[in-house]
Amino acid sequence: MNTKIGESRGDRIFTVCNYIFLSLLVLSVLYPLIYVLSASLSSTNAVASGRVWLFPVEFSLLGYKTIFEYSKIWTGYGNSLFYMVVGTTVNVVLTILAAYPLSRRDFYGRGIFMFLFVFTMMFNGGLIPNYLLVQDLGLLNSRWALIIPNALSVFNVIITMSFFKSTIPNELLESAQLDGCNDFKFLFKVVLPLSAPIIAVISLFYAVGHWNSYFSALIYLRDASLFPLQLILRDILVQNSVDPSMMGDATQLANKIGLQQLLKYSLIVVSSLPVLIAYPFVQRFFVKGVMIGSLKG
Amino acid sequence: MNVTGVVENKSTISEVKHKTKKKLLTKIKKSWQLYVLFILPLMYIIVFHYYPMYGASIAFKNFDPVLGIGGSPWVGFEHFKKFFESYDFVRVLKNTLGLSLYSLIAGFPLPILLALSLNYVYSKRFKQAAQLITYAPHFISVVVMVGIIFMILDPRGPLNNLLSLFGVKEGINFMGEADYFKSIFVMSGIWQNVGFGCIIYLAALTSVSPELHEAAIVDGASKIRRIWHVDIPGIMQTAVLVLILNMGSFLDTGFEKVLLMQNPLNLSASQVIDTYVYNVGLVSALPQYSYAAAIGIFKSLVAFILIIASNKLAKKVGQDGLW
Repeated sequence: MNTKIGESRGDRIFTVCNYIFLSLLVLSVLYPLIYVLSASLSSTNAVASGRVWLFPVEFSLLGYKTIFEYSKIWTGYGNSLFYMVVGTTVNVVLTILAAYPLSRRDFYGRGIFMFLFVFTMMFNGGLIPNYLLVQDLGLLNSRWALIIPNALSVFNVIITMSFFKSTIPNELLESAQLDGCNDFKFLFKVVLPLSAPIIAVISLFYAVGHWNSYFSALIYLRDASLFPLQLILRDILVQNSVDPSMMGDATQLANKIGLQQLLKYSLIVVSSLPVLIAYPFVQRFFVKGVMIGSLKG
Repeated sequence: MNVTGVVENKSTISEVKHKTKKKLLTKIKKSWQLYVLFILPLMYIIVFHYYPMYGASIAFKNFDPVLGIGGSPWVGFEHFKKFFESYDFVRVLKNTLGLSLYSLIAGFPLPILLALSLNYVYSKRFKQAAQLITYAPHFISVVVMVGIIFMILDPRGPLNNLLSLFGVKEGINFMGEADYFKSIFVMSGIWQNVGFGCIIYLAALTSVSPELHEAAIVDGASKIRRIWHVDIPGIMQTAVLVLILNMGSFLDTGFEKVLLMQNPLNLSASQVIDTYVYNVGLVSALPQYSYAAAIGIFKSLVAFILIIASNKLAKKVGQDGLW
C-alpha cells in the first residue's frame, strides 16, 4: 500500500503529523492511569498536598497495607469472584442452549423464537416491573438476584448463533446423523469442541460484565456481607464514606484526610488489576467478539 | 351420489389436514431434542423479559402490592398526565435529550479519526502499543471510572494544579457546578471508549480494496486525498450503521454513570429520565411504583420513535438502514 521511495513532501508532512496526533492521543489516554498508579505508591503527605505529577513522590506502600488489613474489601473481592464465576457459567450454558437450536435450519418455529428474542432488545418492561418481579420471586437480598435475572444476553446469543451457522457445516450434521448421532450427542461431541473461540469470547464479555457491574447489587442487596467489590468501592470512592476503623492509628485530622485520599488510589489499582492484567492476553478475543457482533449488525 | 361425493370431498380435506398436522408433528418429533435444549432459555426470556412487559401495565393502574399487578385498579393515563404536568418534566427531558445528543455527536468522530490515523501507521509495534493502550480504559468499571474523574477534578487534584500554573488561583470544584456536568460526562466517556469504538472502523478499513489505493497512487493522489476519496467512502456504511445503533440506545446513555456522578449541587443538569425513575420508584421513602413505571414507558416510546426516525433518515441519505 505504501512505498517509502517517492513519497511526496506532502505525504511526509502528513506522516509526521499523524504520528504526533497519535502520540498525543495515546499519552492523554495513558496519563490518568499512570497518575493513579503513581499516587497510590506515594506518601499520604505528597498525595494530600497534590505534589504527585507523574512519578511516585516519597515512595510508600501504606495505602496497600491499609487495604490489606481491611476485611470488607476482601469479602467484596470474594463475592465478586463468586458472582463472576457462577454467573458466567450460567450465562455460557444458557447462551449455548439458546444459540444452538436457533442456528439449526430444521428447528421448526425458529423464526418465531428468533423474533421473541430480538424483540426484547428493543423493548423491556423497565426498572420498576423488573424490580417487582425479583421481589415477587423472593430473590431480594440473595446472591441469586445478581445471577438469575441476568442469566442471558440476547446480543451474545446472536453472536454465538452466527458463529455456529458459519463454522458448523450442514454436511457434518448430516453425516453424523447417518451414523446414528442424535442432537444431544452432536452438540456435545462435535459442536462444542469446535466452538472454543466463541465460548472464549462470550465468557469474557459476561465475566467482565459481572466483575464491573454495581447497579443490580445496589437495588437488590441489603446485606453488606453479600456486596460485590464494586458496591464497596462505590461507598468509598463516590460516596466518600470511609469506615473509621479502617484508618487504624492515623489520629490527626490532616493525616486522616491524606490517608483517605491515598486509600482511594490504591483501591482503584487493586480492584482494576485483575482485569487490566488479563486484558492484553485476551484482547484479541474481545476484538474478535466485536467483529462477529458487527458483522451481524 | 351427490351427497356421497360431498362426503368424500370432505373426508379428503380432513385427511389432507390430518396429514399436514402429522407432518408438523413428525418434524417436531424428529428434532425434539432441540426443543428440550431450548426450554430453559425460552423460559428465561418469558419470565424475565416478557413478564415485566406485562408488569409495565401498572403504569395505567394504581399499583397496590396487596392486590398485585392484575388486581390493582385501572386509572388510565393519569400517571402520564401527572408527569407531563409536573415541574420536573421539562427539565428531565431536556437533560436526557441534551446529554444523549451531546455524547452522540461528540463521541462519533474521534473513533473514526483514530482508526484512519492507525491505518497509516507502518510501524507494527507502535500500532499495537497504541491499540493496547487506547482499548484499555474500556475495561475499567463505571465505579472506578467515576472515582478517577472525582480525583482528577478534585479542587486539589491534578487538573486544578495545572490550572493554577495558568493563574487560576482558587481550585474549581468541577463536580459541584451544574454547568460542567455534561462536558465532564461526555469527555470522560470519550476517554474511556475511543479505542474500543475504533475497532469496528479498523475492520471496515481493511475491507477497502487495495486496488483503489493503488489506482489512486498511480493517479498521484496524496495520502490526505486517499483518505478523503477512498477510505472515508469505504467506511461510510459502517459509520451510518454505528450511528443508527447508537441512536437505538440513545436515551440509555450511561445511566449508571450519571447516577454515580449525581450530587445535590449538579442535580439540575444531571437528573435524566432513568435516574428520575430510580429516585421516584426505588429510593424515596414512599415509592411510587406506578408513576415511575409510567415514566419508564414514556422513555421507551421516545426511544422507539428515535430509532425508527434515524433508520428512515439513513435511507433518505442513500444508505442502507437496519431493515
